[in-house]
Amino acid sequence: MKAVRSMVLVSSDPQSMNQGAQLVFDRLQQELKAFGLESEISLSMVGDVGRHDAVPMVIVYPEAVIYGPVKPDDVHFLVEEHLYKGRLATSLQAPAKELTGRIAWLSARRGTLPAEQRVLLRRVGVIDPNSIEEYIVHDGYAALGKALTEMTPEQVIAEIEKSGLRGRGGAGFPTGTKWKFVSKAAGARKYVIMNADESEPGTFKDRLLLEGDPHSLIEALIIAGYAVGAQEAYIYVRGEYMLAQERLRTAIQQAHEMGFLGENIFGTNFSYDIHIHSGAGAYICGEETALIESIEGKRGEPRPRPPYPTTNGLWNKPTLVNNVETLANIPPILHNGAAWYRTLGTPSSPGTKVYTILGNVNATGLIEVPMGITLREVIAIYGKGMRNGATFKMAQTGGSSGSIIPASLQDTPMDFDSFNKAGVSLGSGALLICDDNNCVVDLAKVLLNFFREESCGKCNPCRIGNQRGFQILSNIAEGVAVLKDLDDLELLAENLYQLSNCGLGQTAGAPIKDVLKYFRAEVEAHIRLKVCPSGVCPMSGKKYHI
Amino acid sequence: MSPIKSLEDLKRVREEALEKRRVKANSGEIQIIVGMGTTGIAAGARETMKAILDTIEKDSLTGIIVTQTGGFGLDANEPIIQVIVGDQPKVTYGKVTAEVARQIMKEHVVGGKVVQEYVIQA
Repeated sequence: MKAVRSMVLVSSDPQSMNQGAQLVFDRLQQELKAFGLESEISLSMVGDVGRHDAVPMVIVYPEAVIYGPVKPDDVHFLVEEHLYKGRLATSLQAPAKELTGRIAWLSARRGTLPAEQRVLLRRVGVIDPNSIEEYIVHDGYAALGKALTEMTPEQVIAEIEKSGLRGRGGAGFPTGTKWKFVSKAAGARKYVIMNADESEPGTFKDRLLLEGDPHSLIEALIIAGYAVGAQEAYIYVRGEYMLAQERLRTAIQQAHEMGFLGENIFGTNFSYDIHIHSGAGAYICGEETALIESIEGKRGEPRPRPPYPTTNGLWNKPTLVNNVETLANIPPILHNGAAWYRTLGTPSSPGTKVYTILGNVNATGLIEVPMGITLREVIAIYGKGMRNGATFKMAQTGGSSGSIIPASLQDTPMDFDSFNKAGVSLGSGALLICDDNNCVVDLAKVLLNFFREESCGKCNPCRIGNQRGFQILSNIAEGVAVLKDLDDLELLAENLYQLSNCGLGQTAGAPIKDVLKYFRAEVEAHIRLKVCPSGVCPMSGKKYHI
Repeated sequence: MSPIKSLEDLKRVREEALEKRRVKANSGEIQIIVGMGTTGIAAGARETMKAILDTIEKDSLTGIIVTQTGGFGLDANEPIIQVIVGDQPKVTYGKVTAEVARQIMKEHVVGGKVVQEYVIQA
């Protein structure tokens, strides 16, 4: 896939094919050539798009316009109007309809361009992170002032609830609900914790925020503390993020000097302080209860839940734990209002999402886009196409604990609900893009090796299960596995999910499940034919004894 | 600076800072911003920064402010610098090694000609 400015998809389910989808496709190819557009516009058949009333359908990105039914003779007009002249060929548009399934989100997009929209990152790369003055110039601490002087804590929580913000750490729990739990929990002493232990491999969105705009997070933490009735906050920063820690320290000190922290903030009787706690490199400490144990000075092992941290958290007091990116959403929501926030993203997942793009694409890096854009768009528009023109094979979302997404799902909108429906998870927002030179068994093996190393060892399913999973996958990669191993692997994945104590073990099974679900043929080739179709696995015949 | 005790205080601080900025922009000052996030530093942003500062000192240039900022999210292009001359739109350069930085200093900052070769189109 090359870098393109626009993408044209033709539905090719059986019904579309009966109605002449192939002819439409061929005509599109001819017309694009005739207009000299073939190098800047990609054209592909995409199977079932989830709607059959106006087939064959032609969908044009990035505007996300659906045309249908398109007859071969319409193609010239469509290409000339939309792709050459750049205006919608409204007479050919498919009837507006309550949409379901894979293209339901298109109506939510309202035909807009999925341009990068920087809400959380609007100051990152613009201001000097070591200057509180520059932060204030860019509307800094205005949301805090508004919350403290014009709103009650209940109103702040109500506003967050209305915005529909969902946690960005991976699980997607509604943030307003969590805040309400903590605010309603009994006890005078409460804590707020910002989880900045970003250890998912390939995720570095939080680091960019911490390093580029530390004051926005300080502001969000103060607002959160005011809303839930806490007196102190902790920032649990990953140990490797030395630069982020340094900038946070500077920011906290400046906030103290300006009176945003300390006693009687903004002349009210609200007092608050923030501490920094450095992690020491354990992946498990990103799990909220293990993180709390770690702050308390104990070994980083997860606690059984319930009770949840919202009632029994740090030092057994009600505690609010939020991810960095979640908190970064708070000041813009309060500053511009929940209604404004709702205009971004999709109805079920409002707002923007920061994604880190890495792997076999031309441009790696970090983008912030409204929720609900698709992988195909991310790769073609922001990733500037696959490196060396290779074919997209799969993507891994959200670091190790996310899902492996096959090419067939690349038109699924990336928001919490659509991904749930498709049976995959969005995770923390890392997008590892793999081309067809990568082997799926090898990828799963790497992931299981990671979990095996990082398991804290407290519960058996995770400690032993990840070890077993790694061994079976290694045997597949060495060409010594038997077909029955796949059944074992499937059972193992289920057991990891059902029986593990915390998120680490529960998500460890996800990549195995995805591999067996979407890439079974490739895995079986390793076993039946003793070859790795991608030529990655060693196939040495060396056996791991289990 | 005195502590902020009300929304009016905040507004006042903001206005003062804005005023300072306006004065800066009107004086035709040149601003050079270096992306100093982890990715930038790993790609050599410190050397780039050093080269810029060295050039300023060696050639006794004046009216230039060098500041740092976080990452830009364009990791494939690090190290990145931005050059703003007076009230002209800012120019973003990518893959700015120490050597490229010296070239930009010579041709753009002093000479006033944008070094097209390294410009990133956003």
